[in-house]
Amino acid sequence: MRIKCPYCGERDAAEFAYLGAADLKRPDPGASEAANVFFDYVYLRDNLAGPHAELWYHAGGCRSWLRVVRDTRTHVISNVQLAKEQGSG
Amino acid sequence: MRYSLFNLVAQTFAGNRNWTAAWRKAEPKPAYDVVIVGGGGHGLATAYYLAKGYGIKNVAVVEKGYLGSGNVGRNTTIVRSNYLLPQNIAFYERSLKLWEGLAQELNFNTMVSQRGVINVFHSDPQRNAYVRRGNAMRLSGADAELLSRDQLRKLLPFADFDNARFPIRGALMQRRGGTVRHDAVAWGYARAADALGVDIIENCEVTGIRIERGQVRGVETTCGFIGAGKIGLATAGNSSRVAAMAGLRFPIESHVIQAFVSEGLKPLIDNVVTFGAGHFYVSQSDKGGLVFGGDLDGYNSYAQRGNLPVVEDVAEGACALFPNLARLRILRNWGGIIDMSMDGSPIIDKTSVGGLYFNGGWCYGGFKATPASGASFARLIAKDEPDELIRPFRLDRFARGAILDEKGMGAQPNLH
Repeated sequence: MRIKCPYCGERDAAEFAYLGAADLKRPDPGASEAANVFFDYVYLRDNLAGPHAELWYHAGGCRSWLRVVRDTRTHVISNVQLAKEQGSG
Repeated sequence: MRYSLFNLVAQTFAGNRNWTAAWRKAEPKPAYDVVIVGGGGHGLATAYYLAKGYGIKNVAVVEKGYLGSGNVGRNTTIVRSNYLLPQNIAFYERSLKLWEGLAQELNFNTMVSQRGVINVFHSDPQRNAYVRRGNAMRLSGADAELLSRDQLRKLLPFADFDNARFPIRGALMQRRGGTVRHDAVAWGYARAADALGVDIIENCEVTGIRIERGQVRGVETTCGFIGAGKIGLATAGNSSRVAAMAGLRFPIESHVIQAFVSEGLKPLIDNVVTFGAGHFYVSQSDKGGLVFGGDLDGYNSYAQRGNLPVVEDVAEGACALFPNLARLRILRNWGGIIDMSMDGSPIIDKTSVGGLYFNGGWCYGGFKATPASGASFARLIAKDEPDELIRPFRLDRFARGAILDEKGMGAQPNLH
């Protein structure tokens, strides 16, 4: 598996560290239902079989956080963006 | 047909023409009291204990592929109860006790081999951690023994004891741990459940779960609708996909873990040896091949195959511990998909849907848990309440903050 980093080009997956699902939004700790929403945010996952948006860190390269869309059934990567451009996390 | 020495001799003289199939090819009936989704070790064991222990024999096990085509045939066959948390030790120790009597119970040679599981350590802090673990195991009724460097040298004379980075200082050993022939577990449970009247329906994939007014009514499958009073999900690896059919989300990610078998060797490694610091563990099969593996690939996957960085990592671990394996040739390499839960411990519980029960989140513990998981899951389905052993594994433990995090890694499934 190789990931095409926007800065470094196509690099071996061994250079990257995986975090997990992208696009999780940290809830407001002051909200009245905060405990329930935080449970959802911290623990529950869609765990999709198919295209999956996820965060990878280019630890062995430019140290950028990347938002990668990868098919979990085939490991084929269809899109890579900088997480900060996408506003992930 | 009961397997016995007498039967073996009689069949031999009859030219082996009269052996009957181990289980029937069942056609689905319109409805069952209980439908188990997933014909792996856990699903088959659950059906067996439902029929054996609770007299619930109107049961179907629905399997999307052929029997035992999932993780029960893809693991590295190790059984042990060397955990740290008392809840996990108690559960896995129950399982180990059931393994010890399984061949007699099922009248099927499951090839239980209690060859001992050895965890090597390399430093004083690691020794302390293993002393603590060994004491926790003994307090919970499991066996554990601390081996000195000299004792270990007698068992593994060819290990690299003076490795510069990871010199071997000793090991924790559980002598009752070992290996079990994994296919025989699936076949043995299937045969025993079938003999009690359970229908095993292969090549029949569940595509939907019919729910009316919050209560399950049955499963939609590729071979039609099958009615069910209760449904038990035992589809670890694919738990989230099946749960989504009932509108549920679980604290689980699916990950791929790789395993390897080498060319056959003469007897070399008598025990199961784990090298945690180097991400490598190994045992030797009866055919002589070394069966080994390492860590997860580390990213969500349903692909049943991994990538090369882990292959390299495992090979490095192997050569660091046992330099004499450096020229070993690999015969096969494959990946299995496991449910990694958010705290690294399993989940067995009722769900918020009436009559729907869940068994999954097994992480690395799925195969070794098979008998205890089946026994406790059967009781949960039959009595509608969890027994003492699985009470800590309830689904609401995450919301309550009562997580069972063996390694203290937090809600990061790929680190457990």
